[in-house]
Amino acid sequence: MATPAFLPADQLQALLELLTQDGYRCVGPRVRDGAILYDTLDSLSGLPAGVQVVQTPGRYRLSHTDTPRRFAWANGPQALKPLTFAPQEDLWVSQLQADGSLKFSAAPAQAEPIAVIGVRACDLAALALQEQHFLQGIPDPGFQQRRRQMLLIAVHCTHPADTCFCAHTGDGPAAQGGFDLALHETDRGYFVTAGTAAGEQLLTRLPLEAGDAQSFAAAEAEVRAAARRQVRRLPAGDLETRLFARLDHPRWQEVAERCLSCGNCTQVCPTCFCHSEQEVPDISGTASTHQRQWDSCFTAGHSHIHGVSLRKDTASRYRQWLTHKFGSWQSQYGRSGCVGCGRCIAWCPVGIDPTEELQAICTEVTGE
Amino acid sequence: MNMINPYLPLEAEVVERIQETPSIVTLRLRLTCPDARHRFYCAPGQFNMLYLQGVGEVPISIKSGPQHFLDQTLLLDHTIRALGRVTRALVKLQPGDRLGLRGPYGRGWPMEAAPGQDVHVITGGLGCAPAVSVVHELMRQRRRYGHVSVVQGVKHSEDLLWREQYEHWARQPDTQVLLAADQADARWRWHTGMVTSLLEQIRLVPARSLALLCGPEPMMQAAAERLIERGLAADRIWLSMERNMQCAIGHCGHCQFGAAFVCRDGPVFNYPAVRELLGTRGF
Repeated sequence: MATPAFLPADQLQALLELLTQDGYRCVGPRVRDGAILYDTLDSLSGLPAGVQVVQTPGRYRLSHTDTPRRFAWANGPQALKPLTFAPQEDLWVSQLQADGSLKFSAAPAQAEPIAVIGVRACDLAALALQEQHFLQGIPDPGFQQRRRQMLLIAVHCTHPADTCFCAHTGDGPAAQGGFDLALHETDRGYFVTAGTAAGEQLLTRLPLEAGDAQSFAAAEAEVRAAARRQVRRLPAGDLETRLFARLDHPRWQEVAERCLSCGNCTQVCPTCFCHSEQEVPDISGTASTHQRQWDSCFTAGHSHIHGVSLRKDTASRYRQWLTHKFGSWQSQYGRSGCVGCGRCIAWCPVGIDPTEELQAICTEVTGE
Repeated sequence: MNMINPYLPLEAEVVERIQETPSIVTLRLRLTCPDARHRFYCAPGQFNMLYLQGVGEVPISIKSGPQHFLDQTLLLDHTIRALGRVTRALVKLQPGDRLGLRGPYGRGWPMEAAPGQDVHVITGGLGCAPAVSVVHELMRQRRRYGHVSVVQGVKHSEDLLWREQYEHWARQPDTQVLLAADQADARWRWHTGMVTSLLEQIRLVPARSLALLCGPEPMMQAAAERLIERGLAADRIWLSMERNMQCAIGHCGHCQFGAAFVCRDGPVFNYPAVRELLGTRGF
């Protein structure tokens, strides 16, 4: 393969300007509230240059180094998810007319062209799973319109966190597809490759230099090294069969004694898709908006039917989450619902690590 | 269904309100838009989402028989028990009131497999509602099917809905109607006890039978296992499940039962698909 072209670090601004010219709102990593979040990016100065992230079970902390790199961290609590699957969204409005009839009108989907800079491999894999969920069968209109207008610029990951295991799930740290452009970051700039026609078209308009084969090889080696540094593993073999054969394992009770059932893991999970619908009546009493918002299988309401909750205790909720994410997801979408981003480990207030729970549940010898 | 926004309801009007018991009401609904009425087609066992402005939406099975579906006036019966916040409000609707309706959703009963077969419809409580449309269909084309048994169990004899309907079916050729009440008053002339204890009386020829089950899950599980003991193959048993449903198109995630989305892959399932997980607390 020919060495990809090189974009000097200070020329990343040219990419931002091109995207803005093309009508995109640029969104990228910003430091906010002690974490890296994806937000509107007006200039390069907004990028987290020199910022590193330390993530361990139940802990997420930023630190500052003198590296000139802007993407020398693994991830923040958000993935691409809020940009496609809106945390809250109006579905329709019902209006009572003077003659007593009801008029239903679809709420227009909130969608605009967005270019995301600094997308991670794990998040591209998660987006592919969400696309399977929301677009196959009856497509979700809001998701579809937002996804269609989205341009994705990935940065291969060189700084996995202690909580990451994307190399093990096969989803990273190198972005494997689903991007328009992908960047290899070095101290001096970026090696740029295109993944789509839109990406190719951007390449022709960027102030690129010829790439140096040796430093590209070094950049690729950094990503390979990032894979080798990851230590977390899922148990080998068919987790769906093994999990559903162990629904009575004592570990479910044991983990429930630690789990707060707060739902943080499901909110930071880039593949969790559950949402609930609700009515928001207006004050006149003649109109009502039907909304939806992210939900979590850790709430009592999630399994509510006929006035009762099917999952009254934390053990059954944790079991629902784990058996779905790592088990029945396989039957639903042909692969595990986990992309190895490790967010659920870092953002769990008590540091529960599903890889550890799975090892305990699936590898211990049971009576079977 | 609206192709631009699959979540958007159609307007429906309450044509008639039938108070079945103190807590159960049948709403006879008509879509107000003639075009929508014309396009609407549903199969026995499917459900609609009924919506009340300012209150919310709930899945309710369509009780009407197929003859209603073919009728231009298209009246859709929904039998509702006042149990939760939305259903308590729905049962208060009066003729002329408007509400939202979207559907039909889900996979219904395996009617395509039923011609030439003996069909046993075994239900408990309000589980009779999603199965009534099947019996209507069997009766409408009676000669296409073999022996028919209709088995229904209720907690108390006063809870039995549509008594005249059952009596009418009992008079049809080669049709067996078996009713049970856990607690019966003096006028109850059928079986007193669990509905599952009636299964021995079904004229069951396993090689040419289908069993369609709808009711509380422990009842369906007990019935299915008893029929299997009597020689019926598990894949000749179908059952209708219920879970929390909000979107009805497999997106919101609430109705998941193992790998199945009950709203889309069900509500009617072939028994082997759910047998392993059925009865497991928390699923």
